[in-house]
Amino acid sequence: MTFSEETSTVPAVEMQDIVLRFPGVLANDHVNFTLYPGEIHALLGENGAGKSSLMNVLTGLYKPQSGEIRIHGKKVSFNSPRDAISNGIGMVHQHFMLVENQTVTENILIGLDAPRFTLNLKKYDQEISDLAEQFGIHIDPTAKIWQLSVGEQQRVEILKILYRGANILIMDEPTAVLAPQEADELIETLKGMAAQGKSIAFISHKLTEVKHVADKLTVLRRGRATAERVDLKDYTRESLASLMVGREVIFNLHKCEQTAGGEVLRLEDVSALNNKNLPALRNVDLALHEGEILGIAGVAGNGQSELVEVITGLRPCAGRIWLEGKDIANKPPSFSISQGLAHIPEDRIGVGSAPNLSLTSNIIMKRYDQQPVSQKWQLNYVAADNLADGLKTEYDIQAPNVHTHARKLSGGNLQKLILARELSSTPRMVVAMQPTRGLDVGAIESVQQLLLNQREQGCAILLVSEDLDELLSLSDRIAVMYEGHVVGVICNQDFDITQIGLMMTGTLPQVLHEKAQAEETPILGTPSSFDDVLGDLRNYEESAQTEQPAKAKPSSERAEPIEDPPQPELPTPTEEPPLNLTEKERILRKVLGEKYKQGDEE
Amino acid sequence: MNWIEIFRSGISTGTVLLIATIGEILTERAGIQNLGVEGMMLVGAMAGFKIAFTTGNVWLGLMAAIAAGGLLSLAHALVTIHFQADQTVSGLSLTFLGTGLALVLGDGLTGQTGPVIPRASIPLLSQIPYLGQIAFTDHNLLVYFGYLLLPIVTYFINKTRPGLHLRAVGENPAAADTLGVNIYRTRYLYTFIGGCFAGLAGAAISVAIAPGWYSNLTVNGQGWIAVALVIFAHWNPWRAALGGYLFGILRRFTLDLQGPRLLFGLANPFFFNTNLVFFLQMTPYILTVIALIWGSSAARKKRIGAPAALGTPYQRGERGL
Repeated sequence: MTFSEETSTVPAVEMQDIVLRFPGVLANDHVNFTLYPGEIHALLGENGAGKSSLMNVLTGLYKPQSGEIRIHGKKVSFNSPRDAISNGIGMVHQHFMLVENQTVTENILIGLDAPRFTLNLKKYDQEISDLAEQFGIHIDPTAKIWQLSVGEQQRVEILKILYRGANILIMDEPTAVLAPQEADELIETLKGMAAQGKSIAFISHKLTEVKHVADKLTVLRRGRATAERVDLKDYTRESLASLMVGREVIFNLHKCEQTAGGEVLRLEDVSALNNKNLPALRNVDLALHEGEILGIAGVAGNGQSELVEVITGLRPCAGRIWLEGKDIANKPPSFSISQGLAHIPEDRIGVGSAPNLSLTSNIIMKRYDQQPVSQKWQLNYVAADNLADGLKTEYDIQAPNVHTHARKLSGGNLQKLILARELSSTPRMVVAMQPTRGLDVGAIESVQQLLLNQREQGCAILLVSEDLDELLSLSDRIAVMYEGHVVGVICNQDFDITQIGLMMTGTLPQVLHEKAQAEETPILGTPSSFDDVLGDLRNYEESAQTEQPAKAKPSSERAEPIEDPPQPELPTPTEEPPLNLTEKERILRKVLGEKYKQGDEE
Repeated sequence: MNWIEIFRSGISTGTVLLIATIGEILTERAGIQNLGVEGMMLVGAMAGFKIAFTTGNVWLGLMAAIAAGGLLSLAHALVTIHFQADQTVSGLSLTFLGTGLALVLGDGLTGQTGPVIPRASIPLLSQIPYLGQIAFTDHNLLVYFGYLLLPIVTYFINKTRPGLHLRAVGENPAAADTLGVNIYRTRYLYTFIGGCFAGLAGAAISVAIAPGWYSNLTVNGQGWIAVALVIFAHWNPWRAALGGYLFGILRRFTLDLQGPRLLFGLANPFFFNTNLVFFLQMTPYILTVIALIWGSSAARKKRIGAPAALGTPYQRGERGL
């Protein structure tokens, strides 16, 4: 951003007329890509549009059929990743390329020439923490990768590249796996590195994020560039989306007005432990009705996944869970399935599907023992294939045929496959966790519409998501979770992004709720400037903190842990330290920043 | 029963398992599972004895065994790395191929006697009471080689650059590839090295511990035990040694149990009832099964265990998980 085309005339990367063919697929069709030093250049496109393939050409992983690559004006031809590394090009892959049971330092040293034979890890640990400090990255070089959070693992990936002296960084959908506050930190780091003269190619399919990060933009659709090196400020979110998808994307989903029916699910005093045997859910009470979408908001790791697992029977718990009058707590998943429960899990590959089985096998997983797939003791494969074929058309799953392995599907199509299996059984209740995470706009639209259709048919839906916009637009009510508690449930007409944001950070809901009503905050409208909003927020926070002890006590007897989250002497600590004030601010900035930008565009 | 003698010969026979297991650990750490250890050991045992017998030089025999095991393993490497075939199927067929080759080429060797690996005692260490007698007195040189192998291999895997690359290739080949490590070369190399170790283990039987060639009874299933021990050992050389020596002692113990008429003052059931002996002979294999079950479940809990990419062929740019 400090540099521009006028000040540095030689581009760091110049890719011209790149053609890359895979058997049956034209991944890149005469694509150009230019990147100048000190610039963040976004590469936007749907899943499978050829963004990653193009960048893999630049890192030497794939060899293009034709086209030219120039690095700092010099023509190059890469035969292996090693060649690209020696030209100062490094890539952070979407799926991290890290060895789980090696330390940070060991991972960084893989493939280098020095040290030659004996690894003196202590010396290199020091070198790496020095390097990390230079770019404002915090990491413990002696930690094993599996001990690190996803955000930290990504920092290792970046360090790996920086340690090799790269000045051209390729980030492949870096925020797809990050929690909002981690994504924010990453973007700050990237901007800092660009200011130090590094060139960054930023692959993404998130429109708002791209507008936030990048200077220049190239859009790919089905292997072709629909916009090449354009200025981001000339485009709106809608025009970018249509460049990406090739048609108009309707951001306002069709959601009909309807009133919720009878109670479908009731959680009574449910508590559960997480994988480390620490309390993850604490005395949760929730109710869910027919034709209602209950959104669960919260910063990742505050008990959402445990909540989902408890309801779907994958995790033992204390307390009772009533599904249409039957207690399904601690019952095997098959029992709740027979009661009409459908589960759309967060982990599509590990939990949601069997990657090495065909579409048909994945479709019949829940109904292999029902007519017409089941015929006495054997499976009727003709009927199963017919069923799968029908669902493939109905749910628009893009695959050659129903015998294709599930692992060959793109993220959006895999999710549609899971939805097809789960929703075609006419469930009474759907538990969906992060149903649109990592999908492109087109797929997000269809997944969200499918959920809304279920709602219209009277299905009760529990929607866990870290995407607040999604929760706000889909949910009838939103329950906010913090440290295993449901800190409050808000109805549709009262949705207030500030309040939800504050509740996510553990600030007591009642106090704020009253305050918001009393003062009629301007945040609900279009904010005049970002700093105004943040200033308002700070005021809230301060007043909330000062007023808390007085007002909170009579409100509830078991709200104690929520009252003062920033204090370390919480009665039941989780493995994560309580959020401190700065982190809280960052989350709020994130929440409000998105809102602010949207207001700006519209 | 002479306990010292049981432990002594346990360590001696355990050395065979140790060498074979360490070889297989190296192969599997690179992500290649080679179930053909039994076949490679047989070929090694045959080649070692045949060359030692014909040339009269036991060291030439050892080298021939190493080369024979390594060469045979290259067949597995070619099929699984180059043609990306199923490693289980290829490993099993390698056993059949190795067994067949050894039986054909070893025809006529049965009953012959050839030179053996010399024996030695370690000067000071053999003076230690009990331990000295068990571990450092009058063993063939391969036993001492086994002792040296442990720290060397452990150091190599954990503290050197080639070891780092070996672990990376077995855990996450895609990661190693993007950093410029040659996956195919690494995997070929360690499959070959594993074969060499298996060949050496075979020769350790035929020219040192139980000299001679007795067709496929020479190795008698120890290759399979080595494969199981890798899992029992959690791919760790020290645990492999523990398991190897333990199984060696057990084998010898079950043999000795059949000898005496009286056991603890009672009539020895194994001496009088031959049917019971079959059960006794089963114990190492039953223990193998138990070790497999226990080893794999314990490993899963402790986040140590099979290299993550074990058994999966690597292909660059495959649409991946």
